[in-house]
Amino acid sequence: MVARADFEHSDGASGAEVRFTGRLTLARLGDVPARLDALGAIATLDLSAIDRIDTVGAWIVTRTAKEHGSQVVGASAEAERLLDALASDKSEYRVHRDRRPAWMRMLEQVGTASVAIWHELLGIIGFFGAMIVALVTQIRARRRLRWNAIVTRFQTVGVDALPIIGLMSFLIGIVIAQQGAVQLEQFGLEVFTINLVGRASIRELGLLMTAIMVAGRSGSAFAAQIGTMKLTEEVDAMRTIGVSPMEAIVLPRVAASTITMPLLGFYASLCAIAGGGLFCWVGLDIPPLTYIQRLREIIPMTDFWIMLIKAPVFGVLIGVTGCYEGMQVRQNAEEVGQRTTSAVVAAIFLVIVLDAMFAVFFSSLGWN
Amino acid sequence: MAEETDIEIREELAAADAVRPEKFERAICIRGLKNQFGDAVIHDGLDLDVRSGEILGVVGGSGTGKSVLMRSIIGLQTPAAGEIEVYGKTLDTIADEEESRDLRRRWGVMFQGGALFSTLSVAENIQVPLREYYPRLDANLLDEIAAYKVEMVGLPPDAGPKYPAELSGGMVKRAGLARALALDPALLFLDEPTAGLDPIGAAKFDELIRELADTMGLTVFLITHDLDTLYATCDRVAVLAEKKVIAVGTIPELLATEHPWIQDYFNGPRGRAAAGGNQTARAR
Repeated sequence: MVARADFEHSDGASGAEVRFTGRLTLARLGDVPARLDALGAIATLDLSAIDRIDTVGAWIVTRTAKEHGSQVVGASAEAERLLDALASDKSEYRVHRDRRPAWMRMLEQVGTASVAIWHELLGIIGFFGAMIVALVTQIRARRRLRWNAIVTRFQTVGVDALPIIGLMSFLIGIVIAQQGAVQLEQFGLEVFTINLVGRASIRELGLLMTAIMVAGRSGSAFAAQIGTMKLTEEVDAMRTIGVSPMEAIVLPRVAASTITMPLLGFYASLCAIAGGGLFCWVGLDIPPLTYIQRLREIIPMTDFWIMLIKAPVFGVLIGVTGCYEGMQVRQNAEEVGQRTTSAVVAAIFLVIVLDAMFAVFFSSLGWN
Repeated sequence: MAEETDIEIREELAAADAVRPEKFERAICIRGLKNQFGDAVIHDGLDLDVRSGEILGVVGGSGTGKSVLMRSIIGLQTPAAGEIEVYGKTLDTIADEEESRDLRRRWGVMFQGGALFSTLSVAENIQVPLREYYPRLDANLLDEIAAYKVEMVGLPPDAGPKYPAELSGGMVKRAGLARALALDPALLFLDEPTAGLDPIGAAKFDELIRELADTMGLTVFLITHDLDTLYATCDRVAVLAEKKVIAVGTIPELLATEHPWIQDYFNGPRGRAAAGGNQTARAR
């Protein structure tokens, strides 16, 4: 059994004389500090009877000695070394950050976040401008576009995404048809489910869902890839060799997402219509031929054009946001994760904001 | 010849044990250790003793399993065969959770990259082991301990509230060391403490390790590539090669062996430079 730290004290002329016993170590400290504090004035601290001492024990002794101006006696060579090491002034060593009132910190956070969002927006716009300049320079200098790089991205952004986007859109088509049918049945108008599925898919949902999926799959991948390339100084190496990172890294990715988006969007709309058609056939007894016939009557060509106009814009947006965030990585691996997250969040948010603006715009044009 | 020296050194050790058969004459005692990943055998029949109170440097070429050896000792890697005793206890066979915690409390580990918890400040990092083992410790005392540990490892006064991302490489290492020392361990494991530091920073770190080991009476298990560190801090050096420890001893003892790797290591251009630098430093 190892003796725990303890002390006995006797009152002297100028204060208590404290004699420590046992192990004055972190593990055996017990209530010694609290009892010491309760003691009042202390004249001497006697270490001659202790078994062992570690830095925590030495710290307690140093602290008490400093507080009461007491003398330390009977320290072994080992204890003396520890006491010496701890003797210097620690008062300027800080442990916590400055604490301000909660409301102030909250205001500050809101302010910092707002400024950060504003800078981010400016950054993305600036990056877009820089990319356009790079594109124009490339065309002017009659350098060939990097078709190989672009086509490689087609594979990852487009072809590889087909199964997941197809399945998702198909299921969403079923859900819209089913939910719409429940409501429309109350008026005996379940045949209008076809209008709902057809127009919503072509005009809005097919493309919007695709954009969200591409932002999550490819926008994040762009940010992570480029961020890692920044960390390993690949991007800097490129610059020193004289290859423009804008041309070699950013343009192919943005081009790929821009060209792929309309194709994916159209494909997603078809899948959603197929899903809705399946539900109409099984749930509402509308045969596929009637379904298709009806679709041709009710979907105006303008819906199709609206989708085709919006799609490349969303594609540019997702590509630019992903590449911009990737390029912002500066110091450490942790930042790659943060930037990837913000690439996805910013891309989805901007896509939805733009989509709302497009909706208002096209309605004003009378493309209803 | 190399093996002879090895045996010699072992005999000397056994003699030392026989003379003073105190319980913890040897902090770590490894016998017949075997580690393997799939078909790749890293260690086979490795024996090593770390004496209490010494700084033992562990050297070896890349891929000789220096870090794996450390990980086996501290229980992060279960060996395929062999026995590892730390202060007379084997981690594998400790059934009692309390006893295993008690053993873990006696050592501190500084990982190569610092391995600081990135969401906690330096001071909070130092307090993690303290809070874990002594949950009822007074909050003020906790802060005071963190503050003096920050000072002990030579960090600046404003380092405590900073987060690992805000620190330079050298400061991260010092903060890692402070956390390793949080519980006042008897045994300290350092994995490549000076890797990635500039020569001045590395020299200061060597000095710090030596100083702390002397003040706190530490036993140090130090993995390194840095010849200067070996000369400046280590009492003895263990050489890892051919899946085992081929020699243990002071640097002059190792120099007397004829194992080609040891000769290349200490008598290569860098080895000579480090030896020369150390002599001039001592002369001063």
